[in-house]
Amino acid sequence: MILPEIGHFALVLAFAIALCQAVFPIYGYYTQQEGFMATAKPLAVMQGLALALSFGLLMYGFLSHDFSLKYVADNSNLDLPWYFRMSAVWGAHEGSLLLWALILALWGVAVSLLSRGIPEKMGSLVLSVMGMIAVGFLAFMLFTSNPFVRILPFMPGNGADLNPLLQDPGLIFHPPMLYMGYVGLSVAFSFAVASLISGEFDSSWARWSRPWTVVAWAFLTIGIALGSWWAYYELGWGGWWFWDPVENASLIPWFIATALMHSLAVTEKQGLFRRWTLLLAIAAFSMSLLGTFLVRSGVLTSVHAFANDPERGVFILGFLVVVVGGSLTLYAVRASKVSTPGEFGWISRESFLLFNNLLLTVMAVSVLLGTLYPLLVDALGGDKVSVGAPFFNAVFVPLAAILVSGMAFGPLSVWRQSDDPKLFRPLIVTLIVSILGGLLWPIIFENEFATGTAIGVSLAVWVAIATQIDVFRKVRAYGSLKTLLARVERGIIGMWMAHLGVAFMIFGVVMVENHTEHRDLRMGAGDTQVLGRYDVRMKGIEIIQGPNYMADQATFEIYEGEHLYKTVYPQKRRYNASSMVMTEAAIDSGFTRDLYIAMGEPLGGGDWAIRLSVKPFVNWIWGGAFLMGFGGFVSITDQRYRRRAKKSGASAEAGGAAA
Amino acid sequence: MNPKRKQRLLIILGLVAALGVAVGLVLYALSQNINLFFTPTQIADNQAPDSRIIRLGGMVAEGSVERDPESLEVSFEVTDFQNQVRVTYTGILPDLFREGQGVVVQGRVLNRQLQATEVLAKHDENYMPPEVTEALRQSGQLDKLKGMTQ
Repeated sequence: MILPEIGHFALVLAFAIALCQAVFPIYGYYTQQEGFMATAKPLAVMQGLALALSFGLLMYGFLSHDFSLKYVADNSNLDLPWYFRMSAVWGAHEGSLLLWALILALWGVAVSLLSRGIPEKMGSLVLSVMGMIAVGFLAFMLFTSNPFVRILPFMPGNGADLNPLLQDPGLIFHPPMLYMGYVGLSVAFSFAVASLISGEFDSSWARWSRPWTVVAWAFLTIGIALGSWWAYYELGWGGWWFWDPVENASLIPWFIATALMHSLAVTEKQGLFRRWTLLLAIAAFSMSLLGTFLVRSGVLTSVHAFANDPERGVFILGFLVVVVGGSLTLYAVRASKVSTPGEFGWISRESFLLFNNLLLTVMAVSVLLGTLYPLLVDALGGDKVSVGAPFFNAVFVPLAAILVSGMAFGPLSVWRQSDDPKLFRPLIVTLIVSILGGLLWPIIFENEFATGTAIGVSLAVWVAIATQIDVFRKVRAYGSLKTLLARVERGIIGMWMAHLGVAFMIFGVVMVENHTEHRDLRMGAGDTQVLGRYDVRMKGIEIIQGPNYMADQATFEIYEGEHLYKTVYPQKRRYNASSMVMTEAAIDSGFTRDLYIAMGEPLGGGDWAIRLSVKPFVNWIWGGAFLMGFGGFVSITDQRYRRRAKKSGASAEAGGAAA
Repeated sequence: MNPKRKQRLLIILGLVAALGVAVGLVLYALSQNINLFFTPTQIADNQAPDSRIIRLGGMVAEGSVERDPESLEVSFEVTDFQNQVRVTYTGILPDLFREGQGVVVQGRVLNRQLQATEVLAKHDENYMPPEVTEALRQSGQLDKLKGMTQ
C-alpha cells in the first residue's frame, strides 16, 4: 500500500531534480563556474532514474490491481490481460503525461551519456534547457494531472476497465513511438536555444544536433504510421487517415522536422541557412507542444480527446506561450548576430533544399490553419464550424505533388553550382518512363483509368528511378556496390531508403484512394457476395466468450472460384465492465491487396450489416513509412557521429567524396 | 547591391510571395469546405441552408431509431430536448451510436430533415463532443446531460 506513495514521492523528487538541472548549469555558465556546469549530466541521469521509478511503480499498480489508485481504478479491471494492464499505464491522460515526462528524461540521459564529443559548456546548456522543459511538464502533472491520486479509505473492488478501443497491441507501440518523436524534437530545440544563449552558431552546432533530429524524426515517422495502421484495423472502418485534429497535430511537427532535417544538412555541410535552421528547430518542438495542447485540452472534437478539463488546457497554453514566446524572443535578440557566409547558385543543391523547406513549411502552415480555424472562428465569436477532409485534400495533395516532383533534383545536384547539364540529363528519360508508367499502369493492374492514379504512379516512378540514378552514379564513383556500402556516408543510404519509402507510400495512397472496392451490405447466414475476384459466403454467427468481453463472431468463407481460399472470423464485441461495443474487423493482409470484412450492427432476423472491401496495395502506405523511418535510423550509424570533436574535418571530407 | 544581397532579397521576395499565395489558397479552400454547425432548434426554425453540407449535434432521442427491414436504411431523431430533427442515413452506424447518447451528424438539410452522409459518435464513454454540449447549452437543457453522465 505504500508503493504508490513512493511513486508519488519519486515524481516530486524528479521535479526537484529537474529544477536543479534547469538552474545550476546555466548559473555555472554565466558565472563561469565549472563545478555548477558539471552538475548537468549527473542531474539528468538522476531525473531519469526518479521518473523510471515513478513510472515503474505506476505500472506495478496496474499489474497488482491496486484500485486504491484512482487512475488504475478508472483504467483497469481484474479481467484485463496483463499486457494491456502494462500498456494501460499510458492509456489515459495522467499516465500518458508520465510517459511523456519519462521519455523527455530518457532523452536527457541519452544526451548526457552520448555527448562526450560536445564541449562541456554546450552540453550543460542543452541539458539545462531540457531541464526547464521538464520542470514545466512535471509541474503540470503534479498540479493538474497526478496519476498517483488515491481513493482511500473506500477503494473500489474492481476497476472501470480500459477503454476497449485501446485494448489492442496498437496501444502498446503507437504512443511510446510517437512520444519518442514528439519529445525527441526537444533535443534539437534545446541545442538551438543553447547555441542562441552561447552565441556559437558555427556548423558544429548543426553537426551535433543533426543525429538527434534524425532519430526523433524517424520515431515520429514510425509513430504516425503505427497510429494510422491502428486506426485502419481498429476504429477506422478501413480508412487510414482522417485529417482528425490530433492526426494533424502529429503531422505538423513532422513536416517541420522533415524541413529541419534537410536544412540541417545545408547548415552542416555548407554553413548556410543558419538562422532558418535555428528557427525550424524552435518551431518543430513548439508544434509538438501545440499538438500536446490540442490533444490534452479537449478543445477540438477528436477521437483522441479525453474528458474536457479547461484548467489543464489553460496550464498547457501558458506553458506553450512561455516556451514559444521565450525562445522566439531569444531568437529575435540573438539571431541578428548569426552570420551566414558564402553564397550559392540558383541551380544548386542548396536551392533545391530551399525549395523543399519552402513547400514543407507551407504544408505545415496550411494544415495548421485548417486545424485551428474552428478554434479561431469560435474565439472571435463566430459560428461553430468544422473543417473536414475535403479542405485538407484540396490543399495538401497539390503541394505534396509539387514537393515530390522536386525530390528527384536534390540528390542529383551538387553543392554551390549545378549548372552542368550532364547532372540532370538522365531525368529526361526518367520523365518519359514515369509518365508512360502512370499511363500504362491501369493495363498492368487491370483496373479502370483514373487521373489521380496516373499522376500518383508517375510521381512514384519518378522518385524511385531518380533515386536509382543517384545510387548508380555513386556505385560507379566508388567502383563497386560493396565499397559504396562500406565507405559512403550512411546518411546517403538513409536518404535513399527514405526517398524510396516516399515513392512506395505515394503508390499505396493513390491505389487505395482511387481503386478501393467497397460495399456495405445486408447479409445473413448462407448469403454469398462477390468481392473483387472472390466470392464471400457468410456461414453463420456464434457467440464466443473472451477474457473480458462477449462477442458475436461471424464465419466467412472466401472462395477463389471453386476453391476455398480462406476462412475469416470478424467479431462484434461487447466489453463486460463498460458494456462498450467494438468492431474487430477480419483482414486478410497481402502484398497487393487487403481483404477487409467487418460487422456493422444486427438488423433483425439474423441479418447483419456487413462491410466488405478490397483495398489494393494498402500495406505499401505503412511499408513506405517504415522504410522512411528505418532510413533515419541507418543514417545515424555514420562513423562521424561516434568520433570526438577534434576530428571535425573528417565529415567535410566524407561529404566531399559523396558529392 | 552586391550579388549575395540581391540573391537573398530575391529569395525572401519569393518566399513571401509563395506564402501569400498559399495562405490565399488555403483561405479560399476553407471558405468552400467548412461545415457550419447547427442545433436541432435552429434547423426546426429553418435557419440552416439547404445547399450546403452542415453539421448537427445533439442527443439521439429515446425510441426514435427506425430501421428498414430490407436495406441498410436507418432513421433517428436528434434532439436538444426542445426540438427534434429526423435524420436519415444509409450505411453502418458507429459502434457507440446509441439511443440517449450524444451524436454529431454531417449531411444536407431537406424539408427540415437531415440526409446524413456521416454519423460520428464519440469514442469514449466519458467524452461528449463540444458541439453537443453547445447545442444543449443553447437550448438551456445542459443539466439533463450532466444528470445522465453522472
